[in-house]
Amino acid sequence: MASVIGVFGLLVFLRQSKGNDQPIVVGKNALSIPQSTSIPTPNSNSSMMTQPIQMPTMGIYKNGTFAGNVQDAFYGSVQVQITVSNGKITDVTFLQSPNDNRTSIFVNSQAMPLLKQEAITAQSAQVDIVSGASATSQAFQASLADALSKAK
Amino acid sequence: MKKQKSIMGMPVKIEVIDADVTDEDIQEVFAYFHYIDKKFSTFREDSEISKINIGELRILQSSSEMQKILALCEKTKQETNGYFDINIEGNLDPSGIVKGYAIYEGAEILRKKGFANFYVEIAGDIQVFGKNSKGKKWQVGIQNPFNLKEIVKVIKVSNAGIATSGNYQRGRHIQNPKVNQWADEIGSITVIGPNIYEADRFATAAFAMGEKGIKFIEKLKGFEGYMVKKNRQAVYTSGLEIYF
Repeated sequence: MASVIGVFGLLVFLRQSKGNDQPIVVGKNALSIPQSTSIPTPNSNSSMMTQPIQMPTMGIYKNGTFAGNVQDAFYGSVQVQITVSNGKITDVTFLQSPNDNRTSIFVNSQAMPLLKQEAITAQSAQVDIVSGASATSQAFQASLADALSKAK
Repeated sequence: MKKQKSIMGMPVKIEVIDADVTDEDIQEVFAYFHYIDKKFSTFREDSEISKINIGELRILQSSSEMQKILALCEKTKQETNGYFDINIEGNLDPSGIVKGYAIYEGAEILRKKGFANFYVEIAGDIQVFGKNSKGKKWQVGIQNPFNLKEIVKVIKVSNAGIATSGNYQRGRHIQNPKVNQWADEIGSITVIGPNIYEADRFATAAFAMGEKGIKFIEKLKGFEGYMVKKNRQAVYTSGLEIYF
């Protein structure tokens, strides 16, 4: 039945199937959905944890690999390929995307994340470079001042 | 050789360790950033993006580079379930992609010249290659979003991109597009990825997600993150320790 799914239909489907506020993680070239429908949560009292993606069970999709139609995504063509196992979508690959960069970002399909926590403390300033968002605050002001001067 | 310049209203720093570097090599990268600024700055009335925003230029008639950037924005929006969104109050603001893209391309200019040990930084977002002047991995400090003179973490990286997104950036310029409100659940999130383009776009999206952002980064293979929460606690991804 649903042997061919266009990218938009698929994304709508994923959104509907996952509740309303789960980030869908689509790889740069591929999306790998966790295959287990019930992943035990190692630390259930952590606010970081969310429910695993619930995919429909048996019989909804035929097993196999299916390519969707090429869709005009306005900025370029998009075409996805899905893999179905046991009636569940187990993989989504972009056959075409607006910029076909070779860097692959696969979703880590291991169990739930094991985030770590620490209290922040001041460290030695003996570093080569500092990563932060503060410098752009000055930039914002400088740029704004520049824009205002041009607006005069 | 280390050079600093203010471009796009932002401090730009480049340090190349390789002995044969010349001033012209670094100036070429600065010139590229000027070119990008002229094209993509939403603060410039005469930029291509401003012409699109005021309806003077249609996207399909814009330059191929503009269309490429907008395509990358659209792709990032899809990949982050809409948390990355350049459509702000009816205007397109692709700066969440442009900075990382520019740093990446700027670093590529140096790489194509054969340099192997350098960094390119624009306003706290960094691409590093090779080793520092001591022959060791580059030591990158993560700034305390609540005390800008303080570093709260040091990571050691070689070939990677490091980007930090926070509310103090551009005066709270990151919105959570889901609820159309300013994202302000956390102080900052720093993302380390395979390159600055990837690190920057996912840092922006992860920040918009609030506390869930670090979990999003945890799920991305090849990415690590360090989130500083408002209660002065840091939450970081399970693989970050490889950079300690």
